[in-house]
Amino acid sequence: MELTDNIRRRSRTNNRFRYLVIAGSVITIIPIFLIVGNLAVKGYRQINLAFFTKPAPDTFQAMMAAVNGEIIPGGIANGLTGSLLMVLLASLLAIPLGLMTGIYIYENESKKYARFIRSLTEILQGVPSIILGIIAYLWIVKNITRGYSALAGSVSLTIMMLPLIIRSTEETMRMIPLSIREAAFALGTPYYKMIYKILIPVSFSGLATGVLLALSRILGETAPLMLTALGSPAISFDITRPVSAVPLLIWDFYNDPNMVNLVWSASLFLMVFVLSMNLLARSVASKHKYI
Amino acid sequence: MNNTPQSENVLEIKDLFIAYEPGRYAVKEVSASIKRNRITAIMGPSGCGKSTLLRGMNRMHELYPNIETKGDITLDGQSIFSMSVIELRRRVGMVFQRPNPFPNMTIYENVVAGFSLNDIRLKKNQRDEIVENALRNVALWDEVKESLYRKGTFLSGGQQQRLCVARAIAFNPDVLLLDEPTSALDPVATSKIEDLLGELKEKYTLVLVTHNMSQAARISDESMFMYLGELVESGPTGTLFTTPKDSRTEAYLTGKFG
Amino acid sequence: MSGDRITKGLLFLSSLTILLLSAGIVVSLLGGALPAFREFGLRFIISPAWNPTAGSEEYGAMSFIAGTVITSILALIICIPMAFSTSLFIAEYFRGTRTSGILRSLVDLLAGIPSIVYGFWGFYALRPLLVATGLTDQGFGVFTASLVLAIMIVPYATSLSAEIISMVPAELKEAAYSLGATRREVIFSVVIPSARSGIIASFILALGRALGETMAVTMLIGNANVIPKGLFAPGNTMASVIANQFGEASGLKMSALIAVGLLLFLITALVNYLGKLIIKRFA
Repeated sequence: MELTDNIRRRSRTNNRFRYLVIAGSVITIIPIFLIVGNLAVKGYRQINLAFFTKPAPDTFQAMMAAVNGEIIPGGIANGLTGSLLMVLLASLLAIPLGLMTGIYIYENESKKYARFIRSLTEILQGVPSIILGIIAYLWIVKNITRGYSALAGSVSLTIMMLPLIIRSTEETMRMIPLSIREAAFALGTPYYKMIYKILIPVSFSGLATGVLLALSRILGETAPLMLTALGSPAISFDITRPVSAVPLLIWDFYNDPNMVNLVWSASLFLMVFVLSMNLLARSVASKHKYI
Repeated sequence: MNNTPQSENVLEIKDLFIAYEPGRYAVKEVSASIKRNRITAIMGPSGCGKSTLLRGMNRMHELYPNIETKGDITLDGQSIFSMSVIELRRRVGMVFQRPNPFPNMTIYENVVAGFSLNDIRLKKNQRDEIVENALRNVALWDEVKESLYRKGTFLSGGQQQRLCVARAIAFNPDVLLLDEPTSALDPVATSKIEDLLGELKEKYTLVLVTHNMSQAARISDESMFMYLGELVESGPTGTLFTTPKDSRTEAYLTGKFG
Repeated sequence: MSGDRITKGLLFLSSLTILLLSAGIVVSLLGGALPAFREFGLRFIISPAWNPTAGSEEYGAMSFIAGTVITSILALIICIPMAFSTSLFIAEYFRGTRTSGILRSLVDLLAGIPSIVYGFWGFYALRPLLVATGLTDQGFGVFTASLVLAIMIVPYATSLSAEIISMVPAELKEAAYSLGATRREVIFSVVIPSARSGIIASFILALGRALGETMAVTMLIGNANVIPKGLFAPGNTMASVIANQFGEASGLKMSALIAVGLLLFLITALVNYLGKLIIKRFA
């Protein structure tokens, strides 16, 4: 009967499409398992206490170890300290500025200027990180520190963090019910107190999430640091001198065939660290759900 | 539509249970008969299961993942759970509470949407005939015949709803299910739809869920009163309204609960 | 009262940073690129030359523009079926279930992996696989880079598409179901037309991400300063040539690289603006 043929054909197409959708989704997530699996299997060997406490070995030491089938001596301590230094500095600059700008945009939504600033923020967010590296080079490396430096690296990271924090601050604020502000005003709270004592505390977990996500983003950044911090074999806290960072070390190791094992471990570490921050941010967001 | 002699009851509902999650029944042990070419109204306070029952009749309730169904519903003697759901929905059409013409289709395309969605090819003159008949049947033809190829979003709420009825009857279904079809419309549009339903019952069997008692009293031939998932009472509308047998029915009709 | 004034003033001042930053970026890029444009004129944009030998220096951005555009668009093409099916999985087929939540988290995980890790994994794990297929002998080239790039941008395309798809009103879908349509038919006749602009916008934004991606591409594209000759041929993108050569560049070469950066900035800003525009018009 024509009707049953029609139904059978369409049911078949329907089922086939469903399988396609499921297959496509599985293919999409296969890379995660491949990447994590590869890194875990090949990277765990070099992870030991020295990994975290010793600076990077030179290529000769690595070659000797590889020849003898031993674990390469040394670790990523210089990268860890460098990353820490730059991220801390960037946070010091970006968090307060980002928070205040986000609050400004939220509080002044009706003004054209505020909306203009928001559009600029969106554009800034889309700028490729390597270009921010060029900018930090032109501003800091050339003019201020006269050479590669941790400061330049921090500045590039700051510019990266700013739009992320501004956007997440604004979005978090948006979710606060208006009635809370109105209640504060009804009690006679002055404007600035409302911001410090009500707005910020109430939205704290949302703000924290935004900051954590921004941090996890810049911890894995390499490109701008190549043009600004350059990298260094020493553990240093001098912001006017070149400094290393974990992603930079991975880049250095990658360019040296002797360091293969160390690259796997460093990549494993970086990936685990960044993903953990991501998960942390997400759990903070979900735990304090009333905002 | 069939060659077998037509019985008085189009749909028979037998001991029907529908649960959204295990143990929580929205429809409990409902048995009823829907008479052919009549308007049957299902009424009751919100949450009584009337919409669930209606949606069971064209198996729309199966769109929910964990739904549990017990019992049976037969359409002209054949269990709706044994036939293909596509075939069922061609014989049992539905009109929804909020008018929902497809916004990406013209008025013309909306009326024949059932055919195009079901991949049924028609010749142009067949299609034209179906569109004109359906739109005439819902008293919309004169109003839109000049704008058939425009998208339906410029129509008023009442007109959009009539378009949705046209779309549903384009298939010439046996039964038309209507889920509170006028609750989103203004009084003028409502009364136009009510008149329309009175005319449609000559060709189709109508089952109407309504939260508006007076609407049920105005236009339905048979009424069913539901409360907390159970079918409390059913019968000819006049009788049910004037001499309800169950105290709960009486309480509802006298406005003791919404 | 003055506490209010100070606070409002502080907030306003901090907003100025964005203004100054944006202006500063544009000015610095323009200033840095100027020598190159003065030397080569607007021909710089379409010239595929890249010759740093002293005495006959000639630079042009075309090889890199070609590399960037080809890899990004190829990545988008590879990404579309994956993102499309995954967003349908999350927002339609398994909507609201734990499976879809798990899938969504897994896809988000893809977004969290740093670019250099992708590049490194691509180099050590993916490249040998591609070499084994025989399509390429070294494994570097446009295709390898685009493949990894596709994996990197899938989460962005997926999450936005899934959100748009889940916003299609249930009643529209129900109307189609009630007319006897199968699930696939409902998706193609109602859901997709309804969500079309949003889905397109999500792909455009994913393209924007692909354009600016640096590390993974640098490590896989082969670093040849020419217009790629074929799918598996090496090439270079705007971002990767800057990453590779900026450190040792000076004078005219550096200006040329900054000019390439300016062009990248403009292209990325344009694509992102387009995507946001479509979303605003749609929502």
